This record gives sequence, C-alpha cells and structure tokens, in this order.
Amino acid sequence: MKFGVIVFPGSNCDHDAYHVVSKHVGQPVDFIWHRETNLNGFDAVIIPGGFSYGDYLRPGALARFSPVMKAVKEFAANGGFVFGICNGFQILCESGLLPGALLRNSGQNFICRYVNIRVENSQTPYTSEIEPEKPLSIPIAHADGNYFCDDATYHQLEENGQIIFRYCDEAGETTPESNPNGARGNIAGICNLDGNVLGMMPHPERACEELLGSTDGLGIFRSLANAIARR
Amino acid sequence: MKANIYVTLKPGVLDPQGKAIQHSAEMLGFESIDEIRQGKFFEVFFKGGLSLDDARLLAEKLGSEILANPVIENYRVDIVE
Repeated sequence: MKFGVIVFPGSNCDHDAYHVVSKHVGQPVDFIWHRETNLNGFDAVIIPGGFSYGDYLRPGALARFSPVMKAVKEFAANGGFVFGICNGFQILCESGLLPGALLRNSGQNFICRYVNIRVENSQTPYTSEIEPEKPLSIPIAHADGNYFCDDATYHQLEENGQIIFRYCDEAGETTPESNPNGARGNIAGICNLDGNVLGMMPHPERACEELLGSTDGLGIFRSLANAIARR
Repeated sequence: MKANIYVTLKPGVLDPQGKAIQHSAEMLGFESIDEIRQGKFFEVFFKGGLSLDDARLLAEKLGSEILANPVIENYRVDIVE
C-alpha cells in the first residue's frame, strides 16, 4: 500500500498529511511534486490544503493546469483514491473531478476554528470505520468554503449518497447556526459517483492527536487505508 | 489588438464582497444604489498578425477554459482594435 501527497507551489498542509499517514496510519507515503506526470505505484493520493498558486484567479483555478492533474484524472478514472482537503477540495471542483464550486464564505471572513460535522454516508471508502452517530470535531481554516451547486446537481448528490459530511451542532443537528460559511445544505464534503474521489473543507489531518484537541480525523484516514487493504 | 474580458458572478450566486462594498458606498451617502456585484476585468494583448475572428475565438476559449468557472461565473468578450 502506498499513499502520495501532492505538493503544489503554495501547498502548506502537505507535511501534516504526510505525518498522519506515516505516523498514525502507519503506511508508506511519498511527496509528489506537481510537475510529476506518473502516479504508477500509488493507491491513494492526497491533495492537501494550502494556497496553491497563491489562490490567484480563484482558489484551485491554476493548480488545475499543473502537469500532475492530468495524471490525477487518469488515476481517478482507473479507480485510484483521490482525497482533496480544503484547497484540495477546491482544486478537485475546479478540475471537474467533483461537481460544484467553492465560493467566498458568506460572512467574508477567513474562519479558523473547530466545527462539528456529521457523517451522512457510512458506506464509502472514507467513512466505513467511523461511528456515524457521533459528530466529528474537526477544524476548518478557509476563506472560500461556501459550497455552491445548482438545484439539479444538489438533488443528484442527495439521491446518490454523494454528500458525505454536513456541518452540524454538537447534537448532530444541521442548523443554520452550525453552518460556518453559507454552504448549500450545510455541505462540508462530497464524493464523486464512484465514491473514490472525496473533497472536504475541514482538515482531518489536523485532528489526529490528543495534543491538538481532537482525534476525530483519524477515522477517515484509517477507513481509506482499510479500503485499500481490502482491494 | 486586444480583448477586454469581463467575468461576472451568475445571477443568484452570493457575492459577499459586492455586498460589503455596497454597504460602504451607502455609508458614504450613495443612497440610490440598489445592488453592487463584484467581477473581474482582464485585458489580453495579442501579438500582431491575428485576424479579428481568430482573436475572438482565442478570447472566447480563454474565457471559458481559464478565466471563468462556468459553474458560478459568466464572461463577456469585447475585441478592441
């Protein structure tokens, strides 16, 4: 089993993701520079958070044209696991690997704090090891996390079980108050139709150690490792 | 020859930046403003020898493939000689 963490100019959560995979999931992991064109040998690639290309034009808009993204598209089409976190989610939407777009937060501010998210679908490679009853406490850190899509796309996401995480309160209720950024339907994370590509705004890699305040992010990485092991 | 390319948010897409600018304008005493929407403006300068039609084609391609995200934005191209 081998994980990869893609590094764009401006990525800044790449080492966090690497650390979690190597130390807490206990699996081999390599950094992948964005000019790489070959993903042979990898089972899962993580597109980490940060500010690829300085968020110029739109977050994720320019990263989409990096050479590695052509390889990521082929990798995903062949069933490889692609996990985009924060800026990684924005890149996946800009690339067309996930539907919709991420707009500026409704309140304009960059928000950096713990939020609660609810697992909406436990039957995915990313959530199979998580107890769905209890909300996860995982931090967000973004200015552009307001998930947007049209009505038709939203209904498709709902019908196909592609909405994986929603912002909620401590009791697990998806209230307007628990929605930090104005995201449609409190959406915090979605996957593609095949379930192998996941994008989410919260940072599970920052919630894998007691010292950091939460270990609720671990379940996502461990689910993914188990999904790879089962193949 | 150059192309002026305007990128605007689609109607109905929330624009908190435009709204904040509008509030500031109202604070300044602009009372007749109904709404401000923020967009982007690009000036694309072409090398010589390009026909008008080719310039338009190129600018349209640039608008649809890079400058605007079709999920949330519209774009408009003006070719200026």
